[in-house]
Amino acid sequence: MNMKVLLDYDSCHGHQMCAIAAPDVFGSDEIGNAKVLITGEIPVELHTKVRRAESNCPERAITIIE
Amino acid sequence: MTDTQKPVTDITTDYDIFAPDFVKNPYPGYTEIRESQCPIAHTERYEGSWLPTRYDDVVAIAQEYETFTSRQILVMPPAAGRTEGPYAAVGAPPITSDPPDHHWHRRLILPVFAPQAVAQYEPGTRDLCNALIDEFIDKGVADAASDYAQHIPVRVISKMLGVPLTMEDEFTDWVRGALENITDAERRIKSFRSIVEYFIGEVQSRAANPREDDFITQLMNTEVEGKKVPIEYVLGVCNLMLVAGIDTTWSAIGSCLWHMAQHPEHRKQLRENPDLWPTAVEELLRVYAPVTMARIVDHDIEFQGCPMKAGDRVLMAFPAANRDPRQFENPDEVILDRQNNRHVAFGSGIHRCAGSNLARLELRVALQTWLERIPEFELIDPTSVTWAGGQVHGPRKCMVKF
Repeated sequence: MNMKVLLDYDSCHGHQMCAIAAPDVFGSDEIGNAKVLITGEIPVELHTKVRRAESNCPERAITIIE
Repeated sequence: MTDTQKPVTDITTDYDIFAPDFVKNPYPGYTEIRESQCPIAHTERYEGSWLPTRYDDVVAIAQEYETFTSRQILVMPPAAGRTEGPYAAVGAPPITSDPPDHHWHRRLILPVFAPQAVAQYEPGTRDLCNALIDEFIDKGVADAASDYAQHIPVRVISKMLGVPLTMEDEFTDWVRGALENITDAERRIKSFRSIVEYFIGEVQSRAANPREDDFITQLMNTEVEGKKVPIEYVLGVCNLMLVAGIDTTWSAIGSCLWHMAQHPEHRKQLRENPDLWPTAVEELLRVYAPVTMARIVDHDIEFQGCPMKAGDRVLMAFPAANRDPRQFENPDEVILDRQNNRHVAFGSGIHRCAGSNLARLELRVALQTWLERIPEFELIDPTSVTWAGGQVHGPRKCMVKF
């Protein structure tokens, strides 16, 4: 199964809950807003964490494409 | 009779956030309002306010910053005299700012609070927690609130600001005066003035003797569009660091220890599965979110059937939103590995708590260090625990034995 993530940078306000849930996929930029670390295919072993990142974002800024 | 003495007749039309029962445990009241015909309650007390309790309503209001402004952010109107005098222009930016200034007010401080920037405070915070525990571990009893939680954020913030740790008691007193004794107008004004006057002294001392690598110096030297930032901004951010960074985090640490004292199964779960810590901290923040902020309505508007008028105060009950069953399954239950947790303990939208990464770090380190050193402990007498509430909710006396 293929998976990619899209981040809506305008909606992100830096809660960092994605980076807590999936630190291999989401990080922090200079001001603490989210940064996508894997822009291509997400490895299968990280899919569960990415789903948690999506379902923990208070701003609903993450979209998973499968 | 004052507003705090009259019994509440109907919680949806007459709630009192400073009623003793509500201060101690606001959650049954939030549930009653949330599940009533009026999930956005109203009261005439304390010059009137609205109280949304459903997650979707709280988030929608937080997102609509043009309608729901941050001209005032405390749950009570300002004390008489607060809007006059030489310090009237000192707020607590960016919490008290609205766009367009909000953007640069916030942009300037965010790098200091990014996760990669606050990570440097972890070893010092751990040492500080260990030193506090050293003081009481041999006694077999401690006040988890006043012997432990209360000392952690104030010392971390003092270190960050570059001010002496010897100011701890004064800072704590001023912050409690500003946030906890909110119905004591004289003490609120005095506390605010003490904070501003203290930081005027710090600014003057740095102007005379410049220091390197010091947060206040960095603030003073910051330029926006080629001009140094105004002194009110520097003082305002220092004020913010104290009033937003101390009482709040200490309340969260205290509530979580109060919880852990009563839940050996959760202590065991974390001991056996330390990988759970990151999600456990978020779950504890959801359930024990300490902070309620306020917004001021900009113009007359009907919101979810409520006729809100320009100038009305709206209480942003993030703790109520975080326990809405429409958003969270079994919301009153602590589930340390909860999967779906869009909690708003740090707010939502452009005013997301700027210090959230530091708060989270302090909370995790404080709990980890306590549980490592004192794995088994319990409340001495659950009925003797005392609480602060209204603006910030958390225990103030919480005796435990081990």
